[in-house]
Amino acid sequence: MSLQASFWNNLDQVFVLLQHWIAGYFPVGLQSAVGTILAVVGILATFPGIFALTTVLERKGLGRIQNRLGPNRVGPLGILQPVADGIKSLTKEDIVPLSADAAVHFLAPVVLVVAVFLGYAVLPVGRNMVLMNMDAGLLFFFAIGASTELSIFMAGWSSRNKYSLLGAMRAVAQMISYEVPLLLSSVVAVMITGSLSTVKIVEAQSGFTGIFPHWYVFTPWGFAGFVLFVIAALAETNRSPFDLPEGESELVAGYFTEYSGFKFALFFLGEYLGMFSIAGFAITLFLGGWGAPLSVLGFVPSWVWFFLKLLAAIAFFIWLRGTLPRLRQDQLMNFAWKFMLPMTLLNLLVAGAWRFLGDGWLRWVVCSAVLLAAYVLLGRVLMRHQNLGARSYRYAD
Amino acid sequence: MLGEGMIKGLAETAKNFAGSFVSKERMTTVEYPEERIAPIENTRDFPFLVYDGNDPMTGLRCVACQICEKECPPKCIYIVKSTDKKPDFVGKMQIYPTRFDIDISVCMSCQICVEVCPFEAIKMDTEFELSTTDRFGGLLYDREQLSRSNEHYHKIHPTEAAEVDARLAEEKAKAEAKAKAAAEAAAAKAAAAAAATPKQAPKKEPGA
Repeated sequence: MSLQASFWNNLDQVFVLLQHWIAGYFPVGLQSAVGTILAVVGILATFPGIFALTTVLERKGLGRIQNRLGPNRVGPLGILQPVADGIKSLTKEDIVPLSADAAVHFLAPVVLVVAVFLGYAVLPVGRNMVLMNMDAGLLFFFAIGASTELSIFMAGWSSRNKYSLLGAMRAVAQMISYEVPLLLSSVVAVMITGSLSTVKIVEAQSGFTGIFPHWYVFTPWGFAGFVLFVIAALAETNRSPFDLPEGESELVAGYFTEYSGFKFALFFLGEYLGMFSIAGFAITLFLGGWGAPLSVLGFVPSWVWFFLKLLAAIAFFIWLRGTLPRLRQDQLMNFAWKFMLPMTLLNLLVAGAWRFLGDGWLRWVVCSAVLLAAYVLLGRVLMRHQNLGARSYRYAD
Repeated sequence: MLGEGMIKGLAETAKNFAGSFVSKERMTTVEYPEERIAPIENTRDFPFLVYDGNDPMTGLRCVACQICEKECPPKCIYIVKSTDKKPDFVGKMQIYPTRFDIDISVCMSCQICVEVCPFEAIKMDTEFELSTTDRFGGLLYDREQLSRSNEHYHKIHPTEAAEVDARLAEEKAKAEAKAKAAAEAAAAKAAAAAAATPKQAPKKEPGA
């Protein structure tokens, strides 16, 4: 029994043990540096690997949603498609427009990928598996996440192309608008945990009642916070239905219109890695991080749970992309400021009430009722039929 | 309520996703190189030259009138007229093209050449697998590459080809009847001339 338990325990910690074992071959003074480098290499290998997998699974999933087969030519069932895509993007010509600001044009994709990778530093992917257990981990993530806007505007501005610039302006407007609800919706988890450390937030959700876990998503404020966080995360990563910055029917490809070859691939990579990291934070904040979904499944290694949850989140994002049409700019802004912001602010109050109403059924009823009423009311107000009348044109008539 | 339509949409796409694994009828596409859908009858892409009989070069219907060359909007046709003549399908002597080139990299498949051709000599093909490694020479087709038999035309556009054949047969019959009538008239005239006094004829001949 104890042998079995130690086997599962070792499997849970297999990457940590591996890191320590390799670092043990180096002098004592270097060991912590080598350990960090190994962890960085792990992150650099794992998440781009998931990116490669996601590109082909997304195309296959979207194909199935449209009653097609999707890519199935390269390798068995088309699983080697990302290899072909990688070779293609490496061998393509790297075009820089004549009037572009070459230095900024070159830097933009690099800055994006670097900023996105930095976010993974505070993401706990398993028990004891976090690169940097910062006290202000969440703050660090949002600060780094905000700097992706800079790289997007760099790309749009330096390209000297109207589509690029329009795309970049849309992207910046959208990302700044949705940053507010994104932050506010994650604050509830911080309020209840009492810490900004991502590791502490996961540990606070690691308990069980019976066989069910204490994930924040299973509370009224946690559920509302999770839904709001996911919506804001979709907008933040420019995923469909919030893909206005790169809406191909209006803006060719938005801010990366003038990018080709490997720079384009870097943008693509940065975008998907941003999506994974933000999905990882949704998991960390509301879905119990690396915790098992049922107490009886606790023996399965923690990192397996994290990556299973991440893949499920990616599948959900693909499903949404295959379903929802793109929003209009005014709908996007209305939704952010008239629905998301009031809901997240109210959710802060609800989380506070939850904390001070004490244990018992009362807080469940009060918190759920307040959130539900606000949702229905805001939905009614937002969806009120607006009779705009016939459209009039100032110059075109 | 807000979000109702979203749930409906998600259910619909989920149904499509799951359905595509179990039902073959749902699939809207086929696996192209292995499976093919037969083209519909009015499919068209690039023009070809029709010939009758077995030899493409002698049976070519084209008489090098150059109407298609002049009408072609992107100007992708190039024709050189012959100096000698060969008989066409009714037996009349006609000029023929010594060169007939179509640059299919320029052709826009508008079918105007087919509409204007009075000789039913140029028609639209359905062949679409035309990729080549030489994008200049490989896409410039000469008259040998362009000529296809009337049987090929019947195979790809049966209804249209039958109409064309009926029209040509009618024309040929008319021409033959006319030739016959002319021959009869000439014979009758000759007979009448022979019956009349033979003195007058030599007098008239030099004047004519």
